[in-house]
Amino acid sequence: MRRLNWERVASVLLIAPSALAIAIFVYGFIGFTGFASLTKWDQLLPDFTLVGLHNYQKLFAHPRFQIDLRNTIVFTVLFLGSCLVIGFLLAVLLDQRIRGEGLFRSIYLFPMAISFIVTGVVWRWLLNPGIAGAGSTGVNLLFDKAGLGFLKWGWFTDPTVLYIHPESGVGQLLQRVGLGALANPNFGMSVGIISVVLAATWQMSGYTMALYLAGLRAIPDELREAARVDGATELKILRHVVLPLLKPITLSAIIILGHISLKIYDLVVAMTGPGPGFSTDVPAYFMWETTFEGNHFSRGASIATVLLLMVAVLIVPYLVYSTRTEAEL
Amino acid sequence: MTMQTRKLIGSFRGVRWSRLLIYAVLTAFALFYLMPVYVLIVTGMKSFAEVSLYRMWNLPSGLHFDSYVRAWFGSPGEFRGLSLNFMNSVYLTVPATLISAMLGSMNGYVLSKWKFRGSDVLFPLLLFGMFIPYQSILIPLMQTLSKIGLYGTIPGLIFIHVVYGIPITTLIFRNYYAALPTELVEAAKIDGATIFGIYRHVLFPLSMPGFVVVMIWQFTSIWNDFLFAVTVTGNPEVQPITVALNNLAGSFVVEWNVQMAGALLAALPTLLVYIFLGRYFMRGLMAGSLKG
Repeated sequence: MRRLNWERVASVLLIAPSALAIAIFVYGFIGFTGFASLTKWDQLLPDFTLVGLHNYQKLFAHPRFQIDLRNTIVFTVLFLGSCLVIGFLLAVLLDQRIRGEGLFRSIYLFPMAISFIVTGVVWRWLLNPGIAGAGSTGVNLLFDKAGLGFLKWGWFTDPTVLYIHPESGVGQLLQRVGLGALANPNFGMSVGIISVVLAATWQMSGYTMALYLAGLRAIPDELREAARVDGATELKILRHVVLPLLKPITLSAIIILGHISLKIYDLVVAMTGPGPGFSTDVPAYFMWETTFEGNHFSRGASIATVLLLMVAVLIVPYLVYSTRTEAEL
Repeated sequence: MTMQTRKLIGSFRGVRWSRLLIYAVLTAFALFYLMPVYVLIVTGMKSFAEVSLYRMWNLPSGLHFDSYVRAWFGSPGEFRGLSLNFMNSVYLTVPATLISAMLGSMNGYVLSKWKFRGSDVLFPLLLFGMFIPYQSILIPLMQTLSKIGLYGTIPGLIFIHVVYGIPITTLIFRNYYAALPTELVEAAKIDGATIFGIYRHVLFPLSMPGFVVVMIWQFTSIWNDFLFAVTVTGNPEVQPITVALNNLAGSFVVEWNVQMAGALLAALPTLLVYIFLGRYFMRGLMAGSLKG
C-alpha cells in the first residue's frame, strides 16, 4: 500500500469545501429543479406527486412559451450578428495604428462595467417613441432634428410580428414543398425585440471588439508582411490570412455571447417587461414571473430546465474542448 | 513633377482619405457608445423646471443637483431614495468580494500546484457552474435559504455570491498560478515548507495582480447582479441598489430625471473602478472567455 502523504490529503481538504458547495448548489440544485419539473407542484406548498413529462407537454403547447422561444432565437441571432460584425469592424479599424487607440477602446468597452438594469433604464427613455400628436422623444427626436424623420418608429412599443403569411406567394411556395408550418407567426419575429437587441449590443459589442483585438494582436506581423511581399492587397490579407486565424476567437465570442443571450433577463425587466402581446418576453422572464409571482413552481422548473439544456448544448462541448486542448499544452 | 513623385502624392492622398474614413467611423461609434452617457449626465443636471422629454438632448442651463438629491434621499411619502440601498450594496459587495477572492486563490493554488488524481475532472465540473442559467437553481436556493434562516438577508446574498463565484475566481487564480514557475514551489518543498507555508510565504506575496483582477471582476458582477437580489430580497430595506433602481424606474410618481440620476448613482462605483483600474478589468474579461 502506498503511504498517504498528509500534504496530499491537505490539498484535497483545502478544495473540498468548494467542491462540496458546487456539488450541492450547482449539481444538487439542478437535480432538484429537474425533479420539481416532473411533479404537480403548483402552489406555495410543495406537492411532489410525479406527473412525468406532463409539464413539458403543457409548456411547449403554451402560446406564451412558444412566443418566448421564438423571441429567444430572434434575439440571439440578431444580437450575435450585430456584436460580431461591430466588434470585428472596430477591432480591425483600431488595429491600424490609430492615434488615441486607448481612448477609443475605453469608450467602446465601458458599457461592460454597467449593470443591465442601468442600461435598461437609460435605453427605455432613449427609445421611448413619445406620444403621438405631442411630439417625438429620445432617439426619434434625434432623428427629427437630423432630418431623418422617416426613421422614426415605435421601438419596443410596436407590437408588430413579421412572419410569412400562408396566403402569400412565399407562404404557398413553402406549403408546396412541405414546409407550410414555417408560414406562421410562431416562426416570425416581433419587431419590438430589436430595441432590446440594440441596448444589449451597446453593452456587449465593445467586449467582442476587445476579444477580436487581442486575437489580431496575437497574429505575428511576419505573416501579414509575407503576404504583402507576395503582392496581396490589405483586403485580401484580411480575408485569407487574418479571418481564418481569428476563427477560435469567433467561436469563443459566439459561445459567450450566446449563453448571455439565452439567459437574458435583467435587461428585459428594466427596459420593456414582456411588452405588448409578449413581443419582448423571454423564457427567463416567464420563468421568474410564473414561479415567484404565480407560484407555478413545476412550470417554472420546467422552463428553467429547458433554459439549462439550451445553455448546456452550447457550453459543454466548449468546456470539454478547452480543458482538453489546455491539458495537451 | 516626375512620375515617381506624382505616384507618391497619389498614394499619400489615398492613404489620407482612408485614414480619415477610419477615424470618422471610429468617432461615429464612440458617439453611439457615449450617447446614453450624455443623456444620463445632462438630464441629471437639469433643474426640475427645464426637464422635459421633448428637450432631452438640450444642455442644462446650469449645474443643478436637485435630481441627485431627490434620487439619493427620496421624497417622504412619495418614494424611497437610494441611499440605504446603495449602502446595502456596499455591505453586500465588499465582504462577498473579499471572501470569494480568498476562496478562489486557495482553489487555484491547489488546482495548479497540488494536482491530485481527478483534479483535471473536477476543474471543468467547477467551471460549468459559471455558465448555468441561475433560473435552474433558484427554486431550491430559495427553499434552502429559508430553511437556514438566510432568506431575505444581506448575509444570505453574500453566501450566494461566494458560492456561485467559486468557478470564475478559481479559474482566474488557477490560470494565474499556472503561469508562475513550479520551481518556486519545488524549491520551497525541498526547504521543508508545508503546503500552507508555501502558500503563505511563496505564492501569496506574488498574488496581488491576481487578487486585483479577481476582486474587480467579483466587485463588478456582484454590484451589478439583479437576479439573485430580486429573488432573495423582498423587503425594500434590505434590497441592493439594482433592485431599488428598478423599482424607482418602474414607479409612476418618480420623474424621469430622478430615474436618470439614480441610474448614474447605481453605475458610479463600477464605472470608477473601470476608469481607474481598466487594465485589470480587461484581464478579468479575457479570463471570462476561459483562455487567459
